[in-house]
Amino acid sequence: MTLPDGWEMVVGLEVHTELKTNTKMFCGCANAFGAAPNTNVCPICLGLPGSLPVLNVRAVELAMAIGTALHSTISPSTFHRKNYFYPDMPKDFQISQYDLPINAGGYLDLPDGSRVSIERAHLEEDTGKSTHLGGSGRIHGADRSLVDYNRSGVPLVEIVSGPDIRSAAQARAYVAELRGILIATAASDGRMEEGSMRIDANVSVRKSGEPLGTRCEIKNLNSLRSLQRAIDFEAQRQIDLLDEGGKIRQETRHWDENLGTTSTMRVKEEADDYRYFREPDLVDLIPDQAWQDRVRDALGPMPAERRALLSARLQSPTDALLGAVEVVIDLGLDGYVNGAIDAKVAPELAIARAANELAAGIDTLDNLTLASFVTTLSMEQSGDLSATQAKTVLLELLAKSGDPRDIAATRGFERLASGAVGDIVATLIEANPDEWSRYREGDEKLAQFFIGQVMARTKGQANGKEVIAELQARR
Amino acid sequence: MNSAEQIARDVQSGSMSATSVLEMSLDAIRARNEELNVFLYVDEEGALEAATKIDARVANGENVGPLAGVPVALKDNLCQDGIPTTCSSKILEGWRPPYNATVVDRLLAAGAVPVGKTNLDEFAMGSSTENSAFGPTRNPLNPSRVPGGSSGGSAAAVAADMTPLALGSDTGGSIRQPAALCGLVGMKPSYGLVSRYGLVAFASSLDQIGPLTKSVTDAAMLLEAIAGHDVLDSTSLPEPAPSLVAHVNDGVAGKRIGLVRELVDGADEDVVASVERAVEALREAGATIVELSVPEFRLGLSAYYLIAPAEASSNLARFDGVRYGLRVNEGDVTAMMEATRTAGFGEEVKRRIMLGTYALSAGYYDAYYGQALKVRTLTIDAFARAYEQADLLLGATTPSVAFEFGSKTSNPMAMYLSDVFTIPSNLSGEPAISVPFGTGEAGLPTGVQLLGPGRSEAQLFAAARVLEIANG
Repeated sequence: MTLPDGWEMVVGLEVHTELKTNTKMFCGCANAFGAAPNTNVCPICLGLPGSLPVLNVRAVELAMAIGTALHSTISPSTFHRKNYFYPDMPKDFQISQYDLPINAGGYLDLPDGSRVSIERAHLEEDTGKSTHLGGSGRIHGADRSLVDYNRSGVPLVEIVSGPDIRSAAQARAYVAELRGILIATAASDGRMEEGSMRIDANVSVRKSGEPLGTRCEIKNLNSLRSLQRAIDFEAQRQIDLLDEGGKIRQETRHWDENLGTTSTMRVKEEADDYRYFREPDLVDLIPDQAWQDRVRDALGPMPAERRALLSARLQSPTDALLGAVEVVIDLGLDGYVNGAIDAKVAPELAIARAANELAAGIDTLDNLTLASFVTTLSMEQSGDLSATQAKTVLLELLAKSGDPRDIAATRGFERLASGAVGDIVATLIEANPDEWSRYREGDEKLAQFFIGQVMARTKGQANGKEVIAELQARR
Repeated sequence: MNSAEQIARDVQSGSMSATSVLEMSLDAIRARNEELNVFLYVDEEGALEAATKIDARVANGENVGPLAGVPVALKDNLCQDGIPTTCSSKILEGWRPPYNATVVDRLLAAGAVPVGKTNLDEFAMGSSTENSAFGPTRNPLNPSRVPGGSSGGSAAAVAADMTPLALGSDTGGSIRQPAALCGLVGMKPSYGLVSRYGLVAFASSLDQIGPLTKSVTDAAMLLEAIAGHDVLDSTSLPEPAPSLVAHVNDGVAGKRIGLVRELVDGADEDVVASVERAVEALREAGATIVELSVPEFRLGLSAYYLIAPAEASSNLARFDGVRYGLRVNEGDVTAMMEATRTAGFGEEVKRRIMLGTYALSAGYYDAYYGQALKVRTLTIDAFARAYEQADLLLGATTPSVAFEFGSKTSNPMAMYLSDVFTIPSNLSGEPAISVPFGTGEAGLPTGVQLLGPGRSEAQLFAAARVLEIANG
């Protein structure tokens, strides 16, 4: 979307990411999505009277890894209490970081060459999850509310960008790149649909060159698509309002995915007073240089570098191929692709199979070894397997693991003898005279009929182009 | 009742059973609990089970632990698995914690027998136990007087010979002041020496759990049993329990003890006289007495009444009717929370929540809470300078002996002044002990306070033991 002439949007994002630790931030409960409600809980994450928090060292390490990847300064930091009443927050305060975050400053470079500054990336605990039944479906006006405290105390890092983003597409690219970094640092699984990443967008508009306008905060955007749509809608809403002579009120707004609109959640009359003060139950967090160095040394290459490395291996990088490279990097499949290319598989083939078949089977990727992937693609490249057969083998490997040669043998995938396709085509022409004559008269659709028949007889081994060549030769 | 030291020896040797000791304890509770309102809950069944097990282990030749068979009373802000924990507040109605405080686990491991939960000022906010939602506790030495507070129930349990040992918590003097008013030994340890895990927080940066006992040796035994690092408390000191009992008779020869003017000024004459006699006793035992002035201590009370309420306003937010305890159903969730807290908290608790909320509010933080933190730092520095001139400090524990019911309830400031001598040690996080020394008005005991630098508990017990002996 482009804004009306002379208008510019100014966007800053707050990305909350759940850290992929085994246990919660301040207790030993499992940090796991999808368990039965209120089963991963204990006196600490339920905030029972008398309980005390103990900081999870792994959460600190992951936060430091994120900061390192974002070029932040890792600093001695403290925890604060952010006080407000809310039923899914068991202590009625959230342990967060305030004036001294663990990661201060930094930046993120986007694939289009733009740079977005990072203000901070701090640690905090997640709240429980409320479900409001009846009425509006939101807390006010609901008939009743249920609270699941499994998420209470899950470690979060909140990454706050500077107000540097100028379009919804750039916002989307920023989150996509950040997501890749979070996956690369092992800090997050990046599953936005499970709430692993939640985004608040601060949006304002101004005439180019003018001072910043009043901003509105859109809460809880849970997909790249929602993010982009919500920002575009909100910027246009603000421009329309200003054009009509109205004024922007600073407020928190809710994005309605179905209506495609934002609406007022609450108006910020004045700044919220969270009565922050130092959390007296925790000690200062002062990561020494040796620890910072260990975290830095353990960090692999980030997506931008991996994308550049993989793209450099392509002979003729088309837009389609570069798009597939994006998918490969986003999903962290470049280990497979690079391994295959190292074993003399054509880069285009390795990227295509990864961006399609592996992407589709990403949830069971653990079943697929690099060796099996390489073997399957080598067999395809040498002609031992057709493209269709290679895909079938990959799907089976992803589903339940195994040896690609055994899978091919079990399924009867054999290499066709030279001339076999021609023989089969000849037989089919004889058996299907009507179809053949229609094809001869120019009905090209019937080529697919013959290809299908050949594939059926060869268990997918034949090459479609070879079939067409045989048909053409006899036309 | 015998001392804990004696009971543990007898139970371990088999010359007395833990069950018979428990029976004596329960008899004493039955005899006077109605009159004195000491225990809010007596766990007869659980205590009997624990005592029976101890007897079986003794019969089996096992070493049961340093507190073998010793009944102990727990202030009702300490969590014990399955046992009602009220903090003397209506807001915790019906709540039973599903876990033990670390101190309870350690007591059990040491062979002690927890018998029940004692009365306190609601959420430990008070100095007389008159702020309990379940009625005041009476001073066993003179039932028309208060036992002090907030650990008034724990003090009364020991003073009335119901249990030889009790645990209290001390945020601004809540162990030492009732100890002084009930003629007991009471210690607030160094911050972090005893795990706070399972202590319902009043002011987290000031709270410490400690012993209330009749003798110095019993206090040392009890503290030794509960002290030492705990992974569940991030503010716990990173070292095992210190050796305390072994040093009780180390004496004070060659020690420099600083008599602090600000810890005596303003106290009643009878109290001042006791402190003066304590000075003589320590001098006779070989200590050198230095007279000191630490003007910063005068600021302590004001700083305390900002820091403690500020932390309390946050710590007590969780009592909102959503998950446990009292719920007053009304309108939406916000109305329910308001109605629950309005009905569940007493006046003093509400006063402090409001005070603390105000002190932390935007626009007031710097003037109140921020300023109080600076005074806290000044206090810590002042202590450090005093300890350049003296090994330990000496003063009164409280300005007066046990006072009459109702004499300070109408004026919160008068009540707050009860803690004026005890508060500096909470602000600095350093240990202090109150030991009974002499008597005052109406024949009631007066308490003398010894203060020391961080981790000086052994020296404090040794000095307190000198006074204990001199007191006869």
